[in-house]
Amino acid sequence: MEKSTWTVKKGLAEMLKGGVIMDVTTPEQAKIAEEAGACAVMALERVPADIRAAGGVARMADPTVILRIMDAVTIPVMAKVRIGHFVEAQVLEALGVDYIDESEVLTPADEQHHIEKHGFKVPFVCGARNLGEALRRIGEGAAMIRTKGEPGTGNVVEAVRHLRLVMGAIRKLQGMPKEELMSEAKEMGAPYELVIQVARTGRLPVVNFAAGGIATPADAAMMMQLGADGNFVGSGIFKSKDPAKRARAIVAATTYYNDPQVLAEVSKDLGEAMPGIEIPMIQQHERMQERGW
Amino acid sequence: MPNPISCRLPCVGVLALQGAFREHKWALERLGVQVFLASTLAALRDCEALVIPGGESTTIGRLLNDFNMMEPLRERIRGGMAVFGTCAGMVLLAREIEGSVQPRLGLMEITVRRNAFGRQVDSFEMDLEIPVLGEEPFPGVFIRAPYAVGVGQGVEILCSVQGKGVLLRQGKLLAAAFHPELTGDLRLHRYFISQVAGWNEACKIG
Repeated sequence: MEKSTWTVKKGLAEMLKGGVIMDVTTPEQAKIAEEAGACAVMALERVPADIRAAGGVARMADPTVILRIMDAVTIPVMAKVRIGHFVEAQVLEALGVDYIDESEVLTPADEQHHIEKHGFKVPFVCGARNLGEALRRIGEGAAMIRTKGEPGTGNVVEAVRHLRLVMGAIRKLQGMPKEELMSEAKEMGAPYELVIQVARTGRLPVVNFAAGGIATPADAAMMMQLGADGNFVGSGIFKSKDPAKRARAIVAATTYYNDPQVLAEVSKDLGEAMPGIEIPMIQQHERMQERGW
Repeated sequence: MPNPISCRLPCVGVLALQGAFREHKWALERLGVQVFLASTLAALRDCEALVIPGGESTTIGRLLNDFNMMEPLRERIRGGMAVFGTCAGMVLLAREIEGSVQPRLGLMEITVRRNAFGRQVDSFEMDLEIPVLGEEPFPGVFIRAPYAVGVGQGVEILCSVQGKGVLLRQGKLLAAAFHPELTGDLRLHRYFISQVAGWNEACKIG
């Protein structure tokens, strides 16, 4: 019996595909999410919209919060650590969380280095704005990627931009002759072996979810149509008027993303979505997506 | 059913609501079976056999209920459609799920424990002895896997780990706690098509 192999790390993400991972801050919210059909939850002290509002340094959640959420549900529980904060990751591994998100939503602990993730038993998910960043994270051991949006804004524009960049770069690699791949790898700062693999298979070596700013069923379906394997929804659910109903609608939209009839049906009477923020209104240094490299 | 004169391969659906349905489709395609992703009632009606993939059983069960597919699917299965459930699929097939009232098909006389080996840090790979597949060990990939804590009449245990059933068969229902679709080994998919669904007479599969 061999535990924590690459196959089981990457495999758990494969099982999450076509699903919605929801940010929750209490056991009650976790149960609402599970009941609504979430395929996993992200245990947090505050959702990104509140982290953004609070300012200051955002850190890993209190273990008590995470443990109470782990006790409340049977679906996988993820939790966030600061970029580069390998000791927060050691703590989460000791708690037994199912996935660690090395996340730009929290304040980075290291401006140069991300966590060396192969050394952990728990699998990691990391954010990326383009293919090079995604492949660097995979090179460090991320078993799942989420394209970065701008978290806590209820504005999907950044998630769309980055998913298009990733998918576009994959298509470009596919069309390249082999001799051009090394200079392309150098250009995008990505491990050569992974570049070759992507060029050959036409997809990322691990599952890729969309994240950041997804607030409506239509947002969720759009990310799927653009090629995401599933969706993270952060503030979009529990900052809305009717979280349970919106959660179910976003789950349905992620499954039936190609069926406008279903999308129209589930979009009805959801109550108000979370309040949105225009990206140019956020000062450069407050943009979470630019954390990490 | 197979036509003994003109060999026709079955049309196998993979339930595509959530989870690793793509990997099952690839595995079945490699066997040369006609396979399609089934996410609607109409698509389920066209299936001659069905694979229920790994994923989250609570999510898939919720969607089966919300989109009014649960009862029609039960009817098809009672009517003799062969089903292969892996991981979440095994949970959805089970009559009893320990400590849970979550939506399920509930047609297989087994009681399952979810996440029975522990959380993700306890997920593992292990070579399995599965006599119906021959002597060569089968690569078992267990991810937050269930096992059967009880089996009823008519259920055969085809493989156990730590004394718990992880591959079980009841007539035309086959349930695996592990993920053959994440390995390159097609023997279990082939067993499902040829032995469980019963297309062995007319056709040489894969």
